[in-house]
Amino acid sequence: MAANQRTLVTGVIGSDTHIVGNRILSMALEKSGYKVVSLGALTPAGDFVKAAIETAADAILVSSLYGQGELDCRGFRDLCVEAGLDHILLYVGGNLIVGKHPWPAVEKIFLDMGFDRAAPPGTRVETVIEWLHEDFATRDRDLRRALD
Amino acid sequence: MSAALLIDFGSTYTKLRAVDLAERRVLGSGQGPSTVATDIMIGMQAALADLERRLGGLPAFRYRLASSSAAGGLRMVTVGLVRELTAEAARRAALGAGAKLVGTFAYRLTASDINAIHELAPDILLLAGGTDGGNSEVVIANARRLGATGLACPVVYAGNRAAAEDACAALAGKTVIVAGNVMPEFNVLDIEPARAAIRQVFIDRIVRAKGIDRAQSAFDAVLMPTPAAVMEGARLLADGIGGRGGLGPLVVVDPGGATTDVHSVADGAPAANVVAVGLPEPRIKRTVEGDLGMRHNAATIADVAGLERLAGETGLSAGRATALLDSVARDVGWLPRTAEEIAFEQALACAAVKHAVARHCGTIETVHTVHGPVTVQHGKDLSHVNAVIGTGGAIVASPNPGGILAMTLADPLEPLSLRPAAPRLLLDRHYLLYACGLLNTVDPQAALELALAHLEPIAGENTHERTRRA
Repeated sequence: MAANQRTLVTGVIGSDTHIVGNRILSMALEKSGYKVVSLGALTPAGDFVKAAIETAADAILVSSLYGQGELDCRGFRDLCVEAGLDHILLYVGGNLIVGKHPWPAVEKIFLDMGFDRAAPPGTRVETVIEWLHEDFATRDRDLRRALD
Repeated sequence: MSAALLIDFGSTYTKLRAVDLAERRVLGSGQGPSTVATDIMIGMQAALADLERRLGGLPAFRYRLASSSAAGGLRMVTVGLVRELTAEAARRAALGAGAKLVGTFAYRLTASDINAIHELAPDILLLAGGTDGGNSEVVIANARRLGATGLACPVVYAGNRAAAEDACAALAGKTVIVAGNVMPEFNVLDIEPARAAIRQVFIDRIVRAKGIDRAQSAFDAVLMPTPAAVMEGARLLADGIGGRGGLGPLVVVDPGGATTDVHSVADGAPAANVVAVGLPEPRIKRTVEGDLGMRHNAATIADVAGLERLAGETGLSAGRATALLDSVARDVGWLPRTAEEIAFEQALACAAVKHAVARHCGTIETVHTVHGPVTVQHGKDLSHVNAVIGTGGAIVASPNPGGILAMTLADPLEPLSLRPAAPRLLLDRHYLLYACGLLNTVDPQAALELALAHLEPIAGENTHERTRRA
């Protein structure tokens, strides 16, 4: 394992069993060089955080496909802060809310919750990889600046 | 005749079993006090004299092997990162090595944690934290804090491999043994290397530190802590040799004076259509219930089971039950004599065994998803084990051991608990499990046949019915 390899935690949150998309995403991320800790389906919010602590993860990618994402993800950032994961990147994606809502409104709900990115249905894996690339670069720059 | 002497340097007694290796039979047993606090040889000689008196002379022993739980047992403190992850993995490794856990810590050790550890003065400290390549900050910080104390005991490091060197440097001046990470990957448990390292430290250092080596003229080797020997015996009985001749998956329950130990040798995998969640379970698992002890912790058995209920089951008044409980807790050498006392002792043993086994076994719950209900399993599914073996004085001395062992069984009223459904109930009347665990190291075939020949099948009678009839 490369010393500078970044670690991502992935999983499907709550009482959600839709694992296929998350598995495809995890495989693609692994292929592009990340160490992926894949928690699978039916994962409580707290388990994402615990896994991220032990593995010193750089980002958590939360999937939610069954429309209850807003309930399941509430307080997710707070859990991370509480556990000392202040700088961890948080992404969320899937069918996040039941019913027809314009995406910008949905996105705002999740960004307000403290997620760094929210991905609508149909988001391509490549897009997620680009986001990670950009966000890690920004975070490194910020951290360096903070140290200087 | 080819004979072996199996010694258990216990906390109260020094116990001996002499066995005939060729005939696969017990020649006799001997017992003396545990004198580790003064000179362990005094108790050993008393036990040997007892054995000699019973046998009418001592044979030449080909092997003289010992286990020990004397001088407080192998007292261990474990430290991990997340409580449910590496801290839990470390706990399981220590229990699996036969240790008596005196403290478990998670996350960053605070100043008061450090004080607590210092006061606990463990025999070994197991330091874990972080998956390989994962969090190294906390385990190194913990190593630094520990390194800055006067803690004298050896440290077994079984944390993030990438942090091992820094942690060792931070612990400079102490004895540090580096073992494989108890959780090398997230949710992958690998406790065997840590267990082996703990056992080696036990043999190399703890035996001497506790003064057990003073009796070394009387034995060839002290191989392991007694709970580990019981576990080895259980494993041999379950698996047989080369996967043949064993009983198959089994559970051992051992209600002792201070704790009730439960061992299971079974994969405990979920049934079809059931999803296992949580940390993977070790096939050979030991749990220790510190609040369920027949003497030292009888009061907490009553707390757990309910004093009224214990009293009701034995037909005692609450006041009388409280008085009995007091005498039990006050005098660890207390032995039941009257019919009332025997019934009370039986009720205590039943409660201890019932709760200890229920905690050891896994549970299922139904989670409702958009696809309908899904059954998830926490812990081990032990409903299909072939045998439940009872050992320890409380069961062996009971007039109705079957009644106690019946408490381990699945209860239709508690369908979510994965306890044994229809096992054979067996009694280790001669207290041979530890002896067979020791003998397994030199003559597994003899050990297996000896154990199989001496386990007594018993009927699992409903203890409450029996009590009512009595």
